[in-house]
Order: sequence, then C-alpha cells, then structure tokens
Amino acid sequence: MAYIPFIVVVWILMVGLYGIVTSRDLIHLIICLIVVQSSTYVLLLGVGYVTGAVAPYFYDVPVHTPAVDPVVQALALTDVVVEAAVTALLLAFAIQAHKRFGTLDPAELASLKG
Amino acid sequence: MDQLLALAVVVPLLAAAAISAAGPLFGRRRRILDAAAIGVAAAVAVLLLIIMFRTAAGDQVYWFGGFRPARGIAIGIDFEAGPLSAGLASLAAVLVTAAMTFSWRYFERVATYFHVLMLIFLAGITGFCLTGDIFDLFVWFELMGVAAYALTAYRPEERGPLQGALNFAITNSIGAYLSLSGIALIYGRTGALNMAQIGEYIDRHPPGGLVVVAFLLILSGLLIKSAIVPFHFWLADAHAVAPTPVCVLFSGVMVELGLYGIARVYWSIFGQALGHRAGISDVFLALGVLTAVVGALFCFRERHIKRLLAFSTISHAGMFLAGVALLTPLGLAGTAVYVAGHGLVKAALFLCTGIILHRLGSVNEAWLHGRGRSLRVTGVVFTLAGLGLADLPPFATFLGKGWIDDSAGTHGLPWLMAVFIVCSILTGGAVLRVAGGVFYGLGDAPSEDPAMARAADEEKSETDSGKQRTPLTMIIPPAILVAIAFAIGFLTPLGPAVEAAALRFEDQPGYNATVLAGAHITHPVAIAAAQSTGITTASVLAGAGSAAGALILAFLALYWRRLPLLRRGYEPGTGLTTVLTRFQSGVISDYVTWIVLGLACLGGVLTLVLR
Repeated sequence: MAYIPFIVVVWILMVGLYGIVTSRDLIHLIICLIVVQSSTYVLLLGVGYVTGAVAPYFYDVPVHTPAVDPVVQALALTDVVVEAAVTALLLAFAIQAHKRFGTLDPAELASLKG
Repeated sequence: MDQLLALAVVVPLLAAAAISAAGPLFGRRRRILDAAAIGVAAAVAVLLLIIMFRTAAGDQVYWFGGFRPARGIAIGIDFEAGPLSAGLASLAAVLVTAAMTFSWRYFERVATYFHVLMLIFLAGITGFCLTGDIFDLFVWFELMGVAAYALTAYRPEERGPLQGALNFAITNSIGAYLSLSGIALIYGRTGALNMAQIGEYIDRHPPGGLVVVAFLLILSGLLIKSAIVPFHFWLADAHAVAPTPVCVLFSGVMVELGLYGIARVYWSIFGQALGHRAGISDVFLALGVLTAVVGALFCFRERHIKRLLAFSTISHAGMFLAGVALLTPLGLAGTAVYVAGHGLVKAALFLCTGIILHRLGSVNEAWLHGRGRSLRVTGVVFTLAGLGLADLPPFATFLGKGWIDDSAGTHGLPWLMAVFIVCSILTGGAVLRVAGGVFYGLGDAPSEDPAMARAADEEKSETDSGKQRTPLTMIIPPAILVAIAFAIGFLTPLGPAVEAAALRFEDQPGYNATVLAGAHITHPVAIAAAQSTGITTASVLAGAGSAAGALILAFLALYWRRLPLLRRGYEPGTGLTTVLTRFQSGVISDYVTWIVLGLACLGGVLTLVLR
C-alpha cells in the first residue's frame, strides 16, 4: 500500500496541469498552480512517512520510538512559504489585470504574439 | 576566510532590507539610497571576483553554523565555490552594477523598490551559484524567480508587462515544482540533501528507474529557466516587456544560470551514477542544436529590437547547452568563456537599446530606420557589440566558441561548428541589420508588421523619451562592458586556468572529497583528456567568417529590395514566418502544453537511452 501516496501525487499534479492548460480565468489558473504545488506537499510528506511512527518531537516518548522524518516536514514548510510569496505576487498581477483591462481571461490579455 | 562566501549572499540581502526600510526616511533625498544600492552591488562584484581568484587554486567550502560533515554525512548546509560558479556569480554582480548605474537617469521616477528587487535578485543568483545543497538550489531558484517576476511587471499599468510576467511566473513556477518533486524523490531514495552526499550514495547503489525519473524532474525546472526549445516561449514575452535594465540580467545571466544548474546537478549528483553515457550527450546535443536553430530563425525575422535580442539569447542558450553536452572539460571551459563574453556584449546591446528608447521613444526597427544617426557613440558601441555577438576575434565569444568547436571536432562532431557558424551569422546579422538601419540609415526600412509595431509602441512609457542628450551614466556602462568582452580575448593565461577550473567542475570524486572530507584538490583526475586551449587558425577563420557572414547578411537584409533579380513585392521568408508566428501565441495554456509535451518526449527518450 506504500505506493498509494505516489498515485495521489501524480493525480494531483495532472489535475493541476490540466486546469492550467484549459483555464480561461486568471484566478482559476493561479489556484490550479497551487494545486500543482500541493502535489509536492503530498510527495514530501509521503516520502518521509513511517507507518506506526509518532510525530517528530522527542519529548515524553521512550527512546528509540520510531518517528516520521522531520526533514521533509521542514521542506514542506519552506515550500509553503515559497508558495505564499509566488501566489501573492500572481494574485496582485490578476488584480491589476482586472482593474486596468476589466478581464481575467489570459487569452484576452495577450497582446504579444509572434 | 571561507566566510566570504556567506557574505556574498548576506550583504545584498541585508542591504536590500535596509534600503527598503530606510526608503520613507529619505523622502526626496532618495538618490542617496540609489547610490548606496549601486555601491553594494559593486562591492558584491568585487567580493565575488576575489572569491573567484582565490578558488583558482582549489574549491572553497563554507558550512553554515559550523555544522561540518561527520564521517561523510553532511548535517549542515554548505556553500561550495569553484572558479566557474564564482565566475558566473561575479558576472551577474557586474551586470547588476552596470544595469543599476544605467537606470540612474533612465527611469525618471525610479522607485526605491527597483533597487531593492535588483539586490534580492543578485542575492538569489549568488546563492544559486554557490549552494551545495539540492533543496537550497530550489529555494534560491524561487527567490531569484520571485524578484524577477516582480521586476518584469515593473510597469503593471500595461497589458504587455502583466502578460509577460504572468507567463514567466507560471511557467517557471511549474518548472520549480517539478524540480522539487525530483528533489523529494531523490531524498526519499538517499536520505540526503547535500549534492555531494547524494552523488556518492547513488553512485554506490545501482541507479534504478527512480533515479532517472528524479533526474528528469530536477532538470525540467532548469530547462525551463534556461529557455531550451520547447520550453522557451516565456522568455521572449518576458524580455519584450521587462524594463531594459532588467533585460540585461535576464539575458546576460538568468538563462545561463539554468544551464549552470544543469551542469552542477549533472556533475555533482548524476554523472557518475549514470555513467557519462554517449546517449545523454546525444540527447542534450540535439536539444541544444534545435534551440540554437529555432532561436536564430525567430531572431532574424523579428522587428522589435528587444524581442530580437531575446530570441538571440535563446539561440545562444542552445549553443551553450550543446557546449556543456559534449561532457568534456574543454567544451565546458569554452562554454564558460562564451557565457561570459555573450553576457557582456548582450548586456551592452540591451543598454544601447535602452538609450534608443530614451532618446527616440521606440524599439520598432522599421520606424527607427535612419532616425538614430545623431546617436553616434551609441551606434559605435552597438555595432561593436553586434560584431562581438557574431564572434569577431578577439572577443571572448570567439575564444569560447573556438574551444567548443575544437572539443566537438576531436569527438567526431565537426558539423557542430557549421551549426554554430550558421546561428552566429543569423543572430549577428539580425543585430547588425538593426545597427546599419537605425544608426547609419543604410538601405531600405524593413517592411512593417502592424502587430509588432503596436507591441513596440507600448514601450514608450518605460522611460521619458525624446531626450536631447544621452547622459554619461547611460553610455559609459555599455562601453565598458564591450571593452571587457574585448579585453578577455587578450588574456593569455586564461585558457589553462579556465580549463583547469572546468576539469575540477567535472571531477565528481574530487567534489565529493572537497565537500564531505575537507580535501583540497588542485589537480583532479580527468574523465577526459585535457586539450590545448590555444587559438587555432581554424577558430580564427571560423570567428572571422561568422562575423563577415553576419555583415554580409545584414547588408543583404538592408539592400535586398534593390537587387535586380527579385520581383517586386517579394518578401523573403513570409511563408515561414507565418508558420513560426503561430507557435509563439502569447497564451499561457499553449506554453504549458508545450512544456508537458516536451517533458513527456524528453522523458521517453531519456528512459530509452538510460535503460
């Protein structure tokens, strides 16, 4: 059953990419980008998961208790921070687009071709 | 003295924070802060150059917090500086300094956050170059990315910058997340994040399918960043709309950083485990050649000067990838020098384009035809930089490309030289065509494409155009950059030093020992025999030939209407251009589709090759 998280990861990634490819709305597109990134959270946590282990804070538990990998959790947290920065910036762009041009459709916003 | 490595990142980050905090205090005297930012960038450049010269005798490692590796297991996070990584970072710092000096008078109301973002961008670049930790590579990649996205949309009141920044941010973020997935997989397999330790682990265990998948995923983000076909679409959009001083950095170093990342990841993690197979070399050579040709074709048909330069960057990125893909020390050394030379002349070209925009208020080649006659100095610098881009000896571009050609020739790939010459003629010819038409009024104005003219008109608000004089702070930086690119060609001790640096870069056991055991390696065991880095007659001929070819092509492009043989109204290559234009649609969903398709194909090919 250890492979189930990885199937979920691929599924989330594909759904997110499909959303980005077919999107007609910037907000929807940005949410889909977050979905793509969510696949990395699941992957990171799935990689570090140990069945039957405790959360990785070693207080009040016997020595040699198996714990899940704390490194991937730190990585996932950093990942969340990165996502917050990117999403905030993208949403600011979307607000500007709506304010100035009254549209959120990426195809309508496109002025550069060729 | 290893602390210098950390300072190279800490100084710009702290300065950026201090400047943005001090912004409101200074109010009208904001120029002091601008000057401080330029000073910090120059200081970082000096610092990185010192690091580069110090590492010529052996790589330096700095462990944050003093967490040194114990029994070959890395606990802490390290910075590892070799001459190539420090050299690329110092190129970035030099270009940041030049771009900030240029922007002193370029933006009439330059907001403080421009300088802050530039410093953060520089810190991201430096960190990316120096880090020895694969997860930090992703973090610096994103830090650099966020600063770059914000800089692209510096003028968010227009359609173009918003679209360019969105396309840039979304494609690059997808790439970064794919890279992160690869990093997670490789961490799951090895339990390590330090590149040296991962490399050692997967070398000792048979590389399974998981390693190949992780390799592909990690590469995907870097390939998107380095604008390799078919992942290159975002680049032209972002370049066309970003402020000109920012384009200097995008073209001069950011694209090359993606390629540096590929080289770093390959030679410190995967190279040995995958066995340096000829198949890997072939796959990336093919990608590089495809990119070089596609970029050159798009470049030549373009009339928007900034986009023209952007497509030339794509073409050069392809040539760099081909140089790295030879997997030889000489090929890598040649690529390093080529990157330096290209970065300098391309930066000068962008800065001169900025002057055109500042004085004449357009970047549309057709409209500008003959209107730049009064910009004499700018014209000379632009033409010299164009010749440098076309590999005229003794520019650094010629030197680097000569070595790549030599290395390709000894590996039974003499045709690579021909591809390189054709691409140099096309991109150099396009730039010289602009120079001849705009600054000297030669020949006829090119036919005007209404869509391109509209896009070029949007540029006007970037700077208050129509100025009567070119400020010295705008013309001196590009002149100095061209002079440096010219002078590098005369540095005779450069050849052996760069090749030794490339040898060390490719020496994976040596890298592992340096990082994990604190070894000091000066003369590594080569995976391929060292070659002479002299200047051969063939390379001089190739360089001079491509420069001459570019000149002839530029003249043909300017005067072809007056040739008696052609029928009237004939436009060369119209059929081709309409086909090409359809690919560059400007719509994000198309770009992402290309990324997915490209990755699927690359994955399939790599799996076949590495079975």
